[in-house]
Amino acid sequence: MTSLYYLIPIALLLGIVGLGAFVWSLRTGQYEDLEGEAQRALRDEAPLSPEEARRGRLAQKDE
Amino acid sequence: MTIALDGSSPSPWASFVRRLADGNQAVTCAVEGIHCAACVQSIERTLEPIDGVIRARVNASTHRLHLSWRPSETELAPLLEQVERMGYRTVPCDSADVTAANKSYSRTLLQALAIAGFGAMNVMVLSVAVWAGLAEDMGPSTRNFLHWIAALIAVPTVSIAGYPFFRSAWTALAGRSTNMDVPISLAVIVTTIASLLETIRGAEYVYFDAALALLFFLLIGRYLDSSLRGKALSASQNLLALRGKVARLVTADGRIEDIAVDMIKVGDRVHVAPGQHFQVDGNIVEGRTSVDLSLITGEAAPLLAGPGEAVYAGSSNLDAAVVVEASSVGADTLLAEISALMENAEQHRGRYVSLADRMARLYTPFVFGFSIAGFVLWFAVLGAGWHEALMIAVAVLIVTCPCALGLAVPAVQVGAVARLFRQGILVKSGDALERLQAVNTFIFDKTGTLTLGRPTLASTRDISETVMAVAAGMAANSAHPLAQALANATGAAPLPDTTEVPGDGLFHRGTAGEFRLGRAEFVGIPAGNGPGTGPELWFGGPNIEPARFGFEDRVKLDARQCIADLVQRGCRVEILSGDRKAVVADMAAQVSIETWHGEYRPANKVERLQLLRKEGQHVAMVGDGLNDAPALAAADISLSPSTASDISQTAADIVFQGDLLAPVAEAHAVARKSMKLVRENIGLALGYNLVAVPIALSGALTPFIAAILMSASSIVVTLNALRMRAKRPA
Repeated sequence: MTSLYYLIPIALLLGIVGLGAFVWSLRTGQYEDLEGEAQRALRDEAPLSPEEARRGRLAQKDE
Repeated sequence: MTIALDGSSPSPWASFVRRLADGNQAVTCAVEGIHCAACVQSIERTLEPIDGVIRARVNASTHRLHLSWRPSETELAPLLEQVERMGYRTVPCDSADVTAANKSYSRTLLQALAIAGFGAMNVMVLSVAVWAGLAEDMGPSTRNFLHWIAALIAVPTVSIAGYPFFRSAWTALAGRSTNMDVPISLAVIVTTIASLLETIRGAEYVYFDAALALLFFLLIGRYLDSSLRGKALSASQNLLALRGKVARLVTADGRIEDIAVDMIKVGDRVHVAPGQHFQVDGNIVEGRTSVDLSLITGEAAPLLAGPGEAVYAGSSNLDAAVVVEASSVGADTLLAEISALMENAEQHRGRYVSLADRMARLYTPFVFGFSIAGFVLWFAVLGAGWHEALMIAVAVLIVTCPCALGLAVPAVQVGAVARLFRQGILVKSGDALERLQAVNTFIFDKTGTLTLGRPTLASTRDISETVMAVAAGMAANSAHPLAQALANATGAAPLPDTTEVPGDGLFHRGTAGEFRLGRAEFVGIPAGNGPGTGPELWFGGPNIEPARFGFEDRVKLDARQCIADLVQRGCRVEILSGDRKAVVADMAAQVSIETWHGEYRPANKVERLQLLRKEGQHVAMVGDGLNDAPALAAADISLSPSTASDISQTAADIVFQGDLLAPVAEAHAVARKSMKLVRENIGLALGYNLVAVPIALSGALTPFIAAILMSASSIVVTLNALRMRAKRPA
């Protein structure tokens, strides 16, 4: 039974970490657009950063 | 070459652009035309590679584009142009609008929901262990230990997750009334405190799980309700923002600059092109045109206006470009008069008390009554100790906690509002459906509500096909509403070598000679000589008998069907219009409405509504014009098409999109069905109390039985509410 004394606090701590992660995601606005983000995940290519895109366009010009 | 410095080039959207802390700029735009994820992707992929763009994100739920850029490298206007070229309309809008308040409330609820969920799950795990221990051989010290951990979780959780309820209950009590949150807060607080005291005593039964499960279930309902409302609100705001609030300011040195309408000051001169809405109240200083006042007076036939004559925001300019001087914003402007009427009408409407709050008023004393009765019964009659009697009273309070009752209404409304939202019907206020289902009288405005609100080509039987083809081809070159209607009727391609004479018409030099399309005088026919009334265009040319194109404001395709549906459901239907009586009578006959009134001013409409309400009718007003706005505010419930004037859309409880009238009948049907489900749900919740209260009074209630009873009632109510998703309303 003594194992309860540390198992329960550990379980609670893990739960609180999860809750903390949720609150963080909420505060950083990750629930503003559930539809859009759900579909964004299905896109094939990773979104390009402006730098990558610029390089991409330069490469096209060279061809 | 010089780099354009920040603010050196005037932008009409200057007032919407936010300056970020790092010197960059950002704006939020409403976007029209987004249908799917691919649209979102293509807009973002077009904008993101552009030099200077920091971030372009389209929110697929709210159809808004959040754009930030470095002002040293690019500007807003060319970026928006890129998007427009792809076929989407974008208009910057205020990001700190009414939806912001709703958004932060939604966020608070979601956070409370997560915390309540965490607390409820953990405490429930501990409770299950204790329940099992009661049946087996758990020692009192282990049980106490588990109770203390539950208390440690429950007390902070209740104080954080219960805050939205406590605050609302406190506001209601401070205003000397009650709402559903009062019994909810009471149950949660009493349960928690009593359980804490029992934990300190080392007793067998604590009810932390009941308090937390109650909060968790209720927060689910609240959150869904609020997030859906937020969605409808932002959609209706996008509709308004997309009106394009840009005016063309004529500067002192005669140049024309685009500025946001909000920035126009009294005395500014504004250029208004034909086919546009007047953005300000004012007097014409240059030019002569005809004005469509239908949104303001309901009168469909255009009026001629020249220098010195007044025009009003919301009316549209038909013929020629004019310059308008914005007039003083005093107490006698049309807008001020209409606002005053609206305020007045709203005061007379009185606050609607929702069914849930009416239930709460009955329920709260009932709960207290039984609780006190339980204490008296056990303490005075059955001779129990005061502690035992007090625990019976607390058990009654816990078991009657209005979990199912608190879910009965929002669970159904969420389903109903979501269903209407999918059909383009935006429900803006919380109790709109409740008020709509009680309606037994529908009042319709005529122009723009029963009719399309724009001219369409009338019969062309006596016009030859060649004339039709040439005229339509010429018309396709013009933005004038009548010319557009003519061109749209045949889908003709623009005819080359056509020149527009603003205010008069178009001429075309062909091989056979010169053809003219426009006002009667322009074509060479004495004015007022033609057959028929209403807007018209004349067409003339060498060796051709002049032809007249008549235009009419056509009745919406399904108007007759919609009226018939409403009548069949036992509703009275009336038309109140500002248009001439003859026109209204004709319209009433077309859609088979028996009662109609024409030539009604805004104040007359309000009077008529108030008279009907005094007779005990529940009145719904369906209207679009500025002249309907006071009546919309005075009615029990108001609906507006999305083509309505800004003020009307703001006053309306429900905004519907599209060129059909069916949404009115559909909203009414859904409202009736949802109310039927709400009544069933309340019946179920009260039925639960019939079972639960005797158990609590008899002293047989254990936390285990309480948990089963309470969740069973919540689940039954929620399942019943899910029937709202069924395809057709009964």
